[in-house]
Amino acid sequence: MTGKNYVTEDYRLSSWFTTTDHKRIAILYFAALIFFFFVGGAAATIMRIELATPASDVVNADTYNRLFTMHGIIMVWFFLIPSIPNTLGNFIVPLMIGARDLAFPRLNLASWYLFMLGGSITLYAIFMGGIDTGWTLYTPFSTLYSNSYVSVAVAGIFVAGFSSILTGLNFIVTIHKLRAPGLTWYRLPLFIWSLYATSVILVLATPVLAITLVLLAAERLFGVGIFDPRIGGDPLLFQHLFWFYSHPAVYIMILPGMGVVNELISCYARKKIFGYRFVAWASLAIAGAGFLVWGHHMFVSGQSLTASLVFSFMSFVVAVPSAIKVFNWTATLRKGTLRFDAPMLYALGFVGLFTIGGLTGLFLACLAFDVYATDTYFVVAHFHYIMVGGMVTAYFGGLHYWWPKITGRMYPEYWARAAAILIFFGFNLTFFPQFILGVEGMPRRYHVYPAEFQVWNVLSSGGASILAAAYLLPMFYLGFSLFFGARAPANPWGATGLEWRTSSPPPRLNFEQQPVVTEEPYDYAHAPEPQRV
Amino acid sequence: MTMPTRRSRNVSDRSDIAEHLATVPQRDEVLELGMWTFLSTEVLLFGGLILSYFVYRHADPQAFLAAGRETKIVIGTLNTALLLTSSFCVAAALRAAEHEQRRTTRALLGLAIVLGLTFLGLKSFEYIEEYREHLVPGVNFARAGENAHGIELFFIFYFVATLLHAVHVLCGIGVLAVFAALATATIARSRYVAGLRTAALYWHFVDLVWIFLFALIYLPGRSS
Repeated sequence: MTGKNYVTEDYRLSSWFTTTDHKRIAILYFAALIFFFFVGGAAATIMRIELATPASDVVNADTYNRLFTMHGIIMVWFFLIPSIPNTLGNFIVPLMIGARDLAFPRLNLASWYLFMLGGSITLYAIFMGGIDTGWTLYTPFSTLYSNSYVSVAVAGIFVAGFSSILTGLNFIVTIHKLRAPGLTWYRLPLFIWSLYATSVILVLATPVLAITLVLLAAERLFGVGIFDPRIGGDPLLFQHLFWFYSHPAVYIMILPGMGVVNELISCYARKKIFGYRFVAWASLAIAGAGFLVWGHHMFVSGQSLTASLVFSFMSFVVAVPSAIKVFNWTATLRKGTLRFDAPMLYALGFVGLFTIGGLTGLFLACLAFDVYATDTYFVVAHFHYIMVGGMVTAYFGGLHYWWPKITGRMYPEYWARAAAILIFFGFNLTFFPQFILGVEGMPRRYHVYPAEFQVWNVLSSGGASILAAAYLLPMFYLGFSLFFGARAPANPWGATGLEWRTSSPPPRLNFEQQPVVTEEPYDYAHAPEPQRV
Repeated sequence: MTMPTRRSRNVSDRSDIAEHLATVPQRDEVLELGMWTFLSTEVLLFGGLILSYFVYRHADPQAFLAAGRETKIVIGTLNTALLLTSSFCVAAALRAAEHEQRRTTRALLGLAIVLGLTFLGLKSFEYIEEYREHLVPGVNFARAGENAHGIELFFIFYFVATLLHAVHVLCGIGVLAVFAALATATIARSRYVAGLRTAALYWHFVDLVWIFLFALIYLPGRSS
């Protein structure tokens, strides 16, 4: 490898904090997200320790409320939403489309600073004593009764929201205007399609959260009753506005994972993805239909039965494009030349866990069952299958897949496979018992419970300790590979896609020469052979 | 959308294009699409607020009509005229900039800024009047009767919406001031025009939001 790459170009620390290089900004996000992942994970750890016994032994009810709120807020807004888009997306999108950078490089850096500002404000709220409303911040509890740092935490989320919006804006413009010559929409990798759909949601849903939080803060700080029924305000309006953002936000937290899995399955099955156009449009269909299902979070809130029926129906509709993806991944695997490298193990884990999470979502879309399951561990298990089993698994898969490109080093395959299997096992042991707890009627958000639930809770806590160890494992072997891993060639996996046509790690402006695209996507019939390093 | 004449001009001139972009038309399209995408975010930001307004107006229509009659329609109408005129000035300034009439550009932008500042001044005067009339929820709101709660909800919306709009006006004035200052500076004309076109889009949008707010705030209860 000759010449300088984006890391060796300038070693000064200040050059990182003033960089406009999308690759360096991705690394900045990555460092911040690891930190937030451990903060959110620490809260979960304490919760699982507390829940190992039916009695209250580690924390009291009030502390427990603050723990699950902190876990939710940190994991949703400061880990899951920025996870794949802001790290892998930031790094890979310009490379994949043959661009030198995102459309607005300085705005990209500003997004990171906004994210860090929002994160700092939220951490301040947490360390001052935390917030006990749950991540959903329901009124009137959050505005009138809660005696915790609601306004500060809300300010943090508000600021981080603008970081999301600006990132989405940057991706949309980049994908529209900065594609390499010959790279038509139907030649784009599906990762780009899914991030485009994600960006549309980021840009159109996040401002509604912003204005809702403004109204919430106005009510709390000035004592005016926007959502206060005593002057004719409607607490349900808050829930409508909140879920108008937060349900699409669920798709912000899964679409990028689906995008990664497309790349992985196609590469390790050595086949063109089955039904490319269907998968591409399914992303946009999920983004579109995802805006029309928010009411399924409110089946027991007292909204009209007509509204509930429509939202229930729409929730089934949104499952169709998701199912298209699962079927197409399965069809891609059929008669493929499968290689079970670590990223592929993660991808296969994703398909299985996402399917369970998605199908149990359909249970919850049924009005009758939802009334029964509302606020039970069934719901908790369902969305953790999507967000942790789905998104976090895909994140790890993508991280391993692009690790050689990002760092220029190969990771140790043996350890990576072990971690992937351990994560899959630990995850299922943690969350599958929670489905059973939910069906048996254990409500969420309680730190004490009747003794008959203990067996499943002990299994869940045991699984969580395995999961925690499995999540720590990559820290060690990936960290090790940074210094001692074998040097990565430009295209170790024999993958298609423009990002593999430049050196690992890439030079500052990504390509020595502007790439020109003449072939269809995922053309694995003509791809180079994988290199064993 | 870019005109064919602009597309053919300056294509090879790299000096005023950022290093990650290839051509002048690409730079201009990136700027313009960026602003349109940003405006779509803004539509949803104000949209959430306006939705809340309609929910409450639907729940308590009589109170909202009564509240509308409490607003200062003379100031509101005058302000609408000021903003519309300033938008015209910005549009004319863009036209002048495209024809390289630098001083005209600067004068028109200056006029737009003065109109915007006058808008904010009148708005502040209006707020003071409303404070004197005990119409500020959470501070000194005092109305009695069956419509009192509905009127309070209306004025919560009124203050949140107009303050949010005023912040946008303030940002817009700042942006216009930068372009007024740069009108006669020695920077590449094509870059200046592309930037000004983007700024103008924003200013027109702020104007458009006000037209909606004007109809929702000042007109209820006036027809009978």
